[in-house]
Amino acid sequence: MSPHKAQPAHTKPVGASAGKLMTGSEIFVRSLIEEGVEVIFGYPGGAIIGVYDVLHDISDIQHVLTRHEQGATHAAEGYAKATGKPGVVLVTSGPGATNTVTGIADAMMDSIPIVVFSGQVPLKLIGNDAFQEADIVGITRPITKHNYLVRDVRELATTVKEAFYIAKSGRPGPVLVDLPKDVMAHKTAFEYPEKIELPGYNPNVEGHLHQIKKAAEMINAAKRPLLYVGGGVIQSNAAAELTALAEKLCCPVTTTLQGLGAFPENNELSLGMLGMHGTWYSNMAVHYCDVLIAVGARFDDRVTGKVEAFAAEAKKIHIDIDPSAISKNVKVDVPIVGDVKDVLTKLIPLVRPLQTKDWVVTIDEWKKEHPLRYRNGNAIRAQYVIQKLGEITRGNAIVVTDVGQHQMWTAQFFNWIHPRSHITSGGLGTMGFSLPAAMGAAFGRKDLPVVSISGDGGIQMNIQELATITEHKLPMKIFIINNGFLGMVRQWQELFWRRRYSQVALYNPDFTRLAEAYGCRALKVTQTSEVEGAIREAMGYNDGPIVLEFAVAQEDNVYPMIPGGQTVNEMLDTPEPVESPSGKHAEEEVVMTLAKGVAW
Amino acid sequence: MSQVQVSHTATANANGVEHFKKHTIAILVENKFGAFIRIAGLFAAKGYNIDSLTVGPTEDEAVSRMTVVTHGDDQIIEQIIKQLNKLINTIKVVDLTFESFVERELVLIKVQTTPETRSEIMQIAEIFRAKVIDISQKTLTLEATGSQLKVDAIIKMVKPFVIKELARTGRVALKREFQGEV
Repeated sequence: MSPHKAQPAHTKPVGASAGKLMTGSEIFVRSLIEEGVEVIFGYPGGAIIGVYDVLHDISDIQHVLTRHEQGATHAAEGYAKATGKPGVVLVTSGPGATNTVTGIADAMMDSIPIVVFSGQVPLKLIGNDAFQEADIVGITRPITKHNYLVRDVRELATTVKEAFYIAKSGRPGPVLVDLPKDVMAHKTAFEYPEKIELPGYNPNVEGHLHQIKKAAEMINAAKRPLLYVGGGVIQSNAAAELTALAEKLCCPVTTTLQGLGAFPENNELSLGMLGMHGTWYSNMAVHYCDVLIAVGARFDDRVTGKVEAFAAEAKKIHIDIDPSAISKNVKVDVPIVGDVKDVLTKLIPLVRPLQTKDWVVTIDEWKKEHPLRYRNGNAIRAQYVIQKLGEITRGNAIVVTDVGQHQMWTAQFFNWIHPRSHITSGGLGTMGFSLPAAMGAAFGRKDLPVVSISGDGGIQMNIQELATITEHKLPMKIFIINNGFLGMVRQWQELFWRRRYSQVALYNPDFTRLAEAYGCRALKVTQTSEVEGAIREAMGYNDGPIVLEFAVAQEDNVYPMIPGGQTVNEMLDTPEPVESPSGKHAEEEVVMTLAKGVAW
Repeated sequence: MSQVQVSHTATANANGVEHFKKHTIAILVENKFGAFIRIAGLFAAKGYNIDSLTVGPTEDEAVSRMTVVTHGDDQIIEQIIKQLNKLINTIKVVDLTFESFVERELVLIKVQTTPETRSEIMQIAEIFRAKVIDISQKTLTLEATGSQLKVDAIIKMVKPFVIKELARTGRVALKREFQGEV
């Protein structure tokens, strides 16, 4: 083996080094720099050690060493959702690569642009059951937008450029690139391509004017219009256009879980979230509207319930960048394939203000009769924690949730006003997502505080990332909503399985001591009266991360709820009355309500 | 680019059970490693039916042609075409079913023979313009090409003689240039 000469690759611009021979590892790192990558989340190993040697001298890119490759992948997702830039992961072969599978599947379901680079055994050993070999290209084929095995170092730069382009264009998604160790050691001249040719890939960004005109005609005739807004509006950076459209039309707006933040909830047209755990009034509005305008949303089953009954009386317009999402679950009348921002910009001049006063009055009645509400009692209610967080931050925070009841309560009780302020695993519903994803967001965004909210189940699934977070002194606020249960499953067992609690009671560690063992500041909150003070303290502490463990009511249910596959007729609301029992004044004993669409 | 014809394609047979019409879909895909397997994987993952699937090179060495025969209701066929288009390596997807197209399939059939049945089998082969490409004391191997219906028919005709082995290629198809009545 010839001695490896360290190349100071970070100082020279492309022109000066074009034509010079470089190893695959050097070309790879240079290509990342060309792509404007600033952060990589990764974990080294034998197959990828050549790349890590090059990274040793590089200061253009920050490599964050996580403590599990799954943490690295979720971190890349959180980074991408928070910044709009593709997240980058670097792992070794075999188990390193297979540990990214959950995060890749998660990114696929939620259309998040990430590029995962995995080391691989040398080409000639592929298929031989070599040490730390796994057919990661085969394994991730169904869960990536596209993937590559680089067979020749001369293809490497082009492959990297293609990977980034595919990940972030059209409907974004994860791309994996497998890098065999011998290929990465071969040398060739480095030239970062100007253009790439993908004859089979041509995402349709511009909406067809004919379709947009048809939609405008349909909208202009509407008496009870409704905007159904999804994550696509945020991906397209089209929040301003959406608000302009809604206000011009005087049309109420409801968002999906991934659309929270696309439309400010302190705007009077806001109905909050719709779907299985959406607000009562947004689900009613969907049921009774006459024109449903779906923007960047995919008619997911958590939103539609029984598909045949979803907005059955309404005419439907669907704006989406992915043609295969249109009429996949629910047939629509006016499909418009295109980028949301482009389509809305063309649509706004074609519509006129609608007479929606009666419709809005009807919805306001529903809002009065069925607000989001819960009763504060002896034990802390998770809803109260979220509501207080919303009040204290006034929506100026990036909130990253895990999966379960706390996720739904956060969606309901926080007041969402900024795009890219809500980060959650929606489509795949991956527990253990929050802590690493929030970490990724914290590396990407320094303008707003980052709050991670997990249950006692989910926090333990990637708890090892507390090491990374504390090491980098990220000023994150890490909430643990501890009810001692796998709450959402317990709720289903209570409501539909005759309260037969099977494997949902969690034996937990002392979370504050565990956090302190990682060198992280931690507080435990056990009384409702302590909640506000603890949150204020956490929001004010910025020397590093702080963990707040909230011991909350053990058995509590998320309402409203439309049980799976059912309709608005089966929607369940909380049994709490709308008004507090008279004579009680302390915040610990009243029924707390939260209204959507109220300016504050 | 895709052409999707959405129309009623289910017909009921004598028992009133719906049989979906077969669709022949031509897919032009980049001749790149993994491209074909991704398409096959897509059908498997989404649960789409594959009645037959052929793939081979075209006049352009960078492009391969896959011909898939599938069946399903209108919504499923529409989804299949959209999902195929979504793949990075697919260049063009055409549902040939409602166009005029030419189609051919090749079959090799190894049939059991006795001295008594051999000439009858050879007569059947002659009627179908099939060739005898292998012979032994107890078997005859026939090669036949033609439309899917013709191949179905020759198989049916020799079945009573007991078919030892059978290999069908699946349908290949090209759109007719002349789109009117022939």
